[in-house]
Formats: sequence, C-alpha cells, structure tokens
Amino acid sequence: MKLVIGIVRPEQSNQVLEALHRAEVRGFSISRVQGHGGEMDRVETYRGTTVQMGLSEKVRFEVAVSDGFVDRTVEALCEGGRTGEVGDGKIFVVPLDHAVRIRTGDTDEGAVTPVSK
Amino acid sequence: MNGVDTGDTAWMLVATALVLLMTPALGLFYAGLVRSKNTLNTFMMSIAAIAVATVTWAAVGYSLAFDGSGDLIGGFGNAFMSGVDFVPREGTTIPELVFFAFQATFCIITTALISGAVVERMRFGAFLVFAALWSVLVYSVMAHWAFGGGWLIERGTLDFAGGVPVEMASGFSALAAALVVGARKDYGRQALLPHNAVYVLLGAGLLWFGWFGFNGGSGFSTGEASVLAFTNTLLCPATTLVVWFALDVIRGRKVTAIGAATAIIVGCVLITPAGGFVSPGWAMALGALGAIPSWGIIAYRTRTRVDETLDVLAAHGMAGFFGILFIGFFAQETWNGVSDGLLYGNAEQLLDQALAALAAPVYAFVATFVLLKVIGAVMPLRGTDKEEAMGMDVNQHGEEAYVTGEGAILLLPDDHDKVAVPVADPG
Repeated sequence: MKLVIGIVRPEQSNQVLEALHRAEVRGFSISRVQGHGGEMDRVETYRGTTVQMGLSEKVRFEVAVSDGFVDRTVEALCEGGRTGEVGDGKIFVVPLDHAVRIRTGDTDEGAVTPVSK
Repeated sequence: MNGVDTGDTAWMLVATALVLLMTPALGLFYAGLVRSKNTLNTFMMSIAAIAVATVTWAAVGYSLAFDGSGDLIGGFGNAFMSGVDFVPREGTTIPELVFFAFQATFCIITTALISGAVVERMRFGAFLVFAALWSVLVYSVMAHWAFGGGWLIERGTLDFAGGVPVEMASGFSALAAALVVGARKDYGRQALLPHNAVYVLLGAGLLWFGWFGFNGGSGFSTGEASVLAFTNTLLCPATTLVVWFALDVIRGRKVTAIGAATAIIVGCVLITPAGGFVSPGWAMALGALGAIPSWGIIAYRTRTRVDETLDVLAAHGMAGFFGILFIGFFAQETWNGVSDGLLYGNAEQLLDQALAALAAPVYAFVATFVLLKVIGAVMPLRGTDKEEAMGMDVNQHGEEAYVTGEGAILLLPDDHDKVAVPVADPG
C-alpha cells in the first residue's frame, strides 16, 4: 500500500484527471499548492515595482493505492502531466502504514479499494 | 448663444460620461466570465478599446462617420477634429465638441464588445491593431449609414441609438472574429467556467446604468424622444429579465445569476434601436419577445464548434436585429413624432428596417472576416498553446489578477541591468 503524491502544472490537471480515470484509479484528492523546482522565474511588474516570482502554482494529487495499482497510477500522472518543459512537476511514492474508510471502518487494502456501489 | 441650449448640453455632458463608464463595466462583465488566469487580459481589451478607438475617432473616424452625406461613407472634412468646436452641429442644440465626444464613446464600446469573441487566446498586440482598423473600417462606415447621413438614414430607416453600427456591427463581427481566430484549445474538451459571477452581475448592472446615457442621450437633447428612450431603457430590460427567469426555470428548474446578467444586456440591446420610437407598452413587449431568440442562440451555440466565447452574437447581434425589425412593426408616430410602423398603417417602414437588418450583418461579417485574415497574414493572431495554457495575463501583460506575493523577490533597479529578464517564460 502506497501513497502516490504527484505535483503537476495546474493547466495539466484536467489531463491528469482523464489519465487517472482511464487507469481506473477512482479515489484521490487534489489541492492547490505553490512551489519551486528548477524552472526559471517569471518576472512581473506592478506599477514600477519589478518582482521575480519564485513560486509557481501547482496542483498536488494524493492517491492512496494498493501495491498492484502503484505503477499505473504513476504512469497516469506522468502521461497527464508531461509537457516536456521544465516545471512539469514531480511524483513521490511513499509507504503507507494504515488506512481506514470512515463510513464502514474498513481498513488498509479494503479502505483504498473503491466500493462498487 | 449661437443655438446652444444649456439644458440639452448639460444632459449630454453627463450622458457622455455615462456611456464611457459602460466600457470598463463591459471589461468587468467579460472578466468575470473568463477563467481567472485571463482576467486582466480580458479587462485590458476593453481598456485598450478606449485608448485606440478614441485616437482613431479623433483622427479620421468621426469625420468618416459624420462629415457630409455620401451614401456609403463620409468625407475628411472633420479629420483630426478640424472644425469641431463650440458651434452646434446642424440639427442639434449642443456644441459639436460634445456631440463628438458622445459619439466617440459609442465607437469605443462597440470596439470593446468584439473582444468577447476572442478572449483567452488572441494576442494583445494583434487585438490593438484590429481595434484600430475595425473602429475606422467597420464602425465609422456603419455609423455613417445609420446616423451620419448615409443611405440608411436617408431612406428613413429608424435606428435610435445604434442597432446597426453598435449592436449588429459588433455581434456579426464577433462571429467572424471567432471563426478567423479559432476556438480555444480546450474548447469542447473541458468545462471552461466563469471565474467570478459577482463581477458579471456588477458589470451588467453598471452597463445598464450607463445605458441610460447611451439611449437617453441619443436624442441629443432633453426632448420627448430622449425621455421616452430613457424610461424604455428601464422597462424593456426588466421584462427581458422576467422572461429569462422563466426560460431558465423551464430548462434547468433554477434561475441563474449569469443568466440574469445576460438578460440585462439583451434587454438593453433590444431597446437600443427602438428606444425613442416605440411606446412604453411596446417596449415591454419587445423586452419579453426579444429575450427568446437570444436565449435560444446561447443554448444552441455551446453545442457547436464555434467558440464565440462570450456570446456577443446572441446578446448583441441577434437582439439588435430583433430590435431593428420590431420598430418596423410597432413604431408609433403619436409617440415618436417621426413615423408609424406596419401595425399603425405604414408598411414602408418595415421595408426600411428590413434592409438595415439585412445589410448590417452582411457588411459587418464580411469586412471583419477580411480584415482579420489580412492582419493574420502579417502577424500571429493568437498566442501559442503553451501561452494559452499559462493564461494570457502572465504572458501578455506580466501581471496576475490574484497575485499572492508569496515567494516574490523584489528586483532593485541595479539587478535589473544584470538579470536578462525572462519575461513570463517558465521554460
């Protein structure tokens, strides 16, 4: 059981959602974050004040999956998030100790496997 | 004093300012309808219209619209505001300077309206060039036809405040612009939603407010026609709103806010050509009936591949068309002192109106189509896919509407020379 964290461009998030859907990954959450990787900074000017914008808007996907789903989740994030330019983002896969579905009390594999109805 | 009426002049000074307010109001309305990453670019297109169209209007636009009585276009007698001074223009009681400024605000808002068809993808520079040329080649020509002594006004076509040069011109030009510039890359694939419905409602409200100057000032006086148009500008959009609520309920069981904002615009457009020519009762009927075709086009358009993004055709082109024709049926000499429509025994008026309703869309569409093709041959009309994905605010203007300031590092003037400024290029 792993937690897959994908940080992607906001403008790619719809493609990522489509790719996850195709990979039959149904449960995830997303949040808007700001971050900095290796990309060059944007320079913006507001009434004479010129600033270098060190942080870029990103969207962070968090997907908890059973082991058999890890690869296809990572592939979906890559496929949906990639433009080929610097700044496409990163994927982190981290071990997950325990999961509980609040409604039923299901734990672990049962909690991260979508219910069919 | 040389035929100037102080009361008329005082009202027209106010009316001019009211109409100018409509353009930033339109910017706000449009900005709310786009995604947040395009807020400033969308707003700036309206601001740009104030900049560009005022200059072209002073240079040649006003002259081509209002100098002389050529059938198709005016002359250069008033070019660079030559002869535009304190003496009233013939047939008015206000200094020609005021008349010039009032008409300038019409040219500005009409130019700004078309931006609704090309937001979220057109390059700002290309839009500036387009706005400059369009304001002269299309607006001035059509203003001459309907207002300035051209063939429509000469044959008796009634157009109180701009069904021809403002509403049909912008609406059908917008359709041409959407076709030439092309759809947004995500159009039809993703839901592209309005990012701030409050802007949309506030923008529509301010547009309505300004429209009292637009219609109420188009009699160039405080006379009966102006008063009638003023009150009709209250009645007609209100009935459009009521009918729009009903249509929304029938289709989706809920009255929508963005639908209401759209209805305000449609109602104001409907009464624009007819304001000083139809009775208050018929103005309300116009608002009610005219809502239906515009509502229908909006419902239908989203199912097509044509990304006429903010529905300028439905709200302005269609409603202007409907309003112009409505005059042909329901104009009443007892109210307007000029002419009756078909219902009151004057079939000829309907013919005059129908000619305008035919000629205006054709000229606006064809001229804009050709103009944009020519501009497109010289410079790219739209940003790259990557720029479009980033949003036009950052890459066209180097600013963001909702900047947080987190992670922003102040560049001092000294750094400026050292850093090769990678303006808005994340790659």
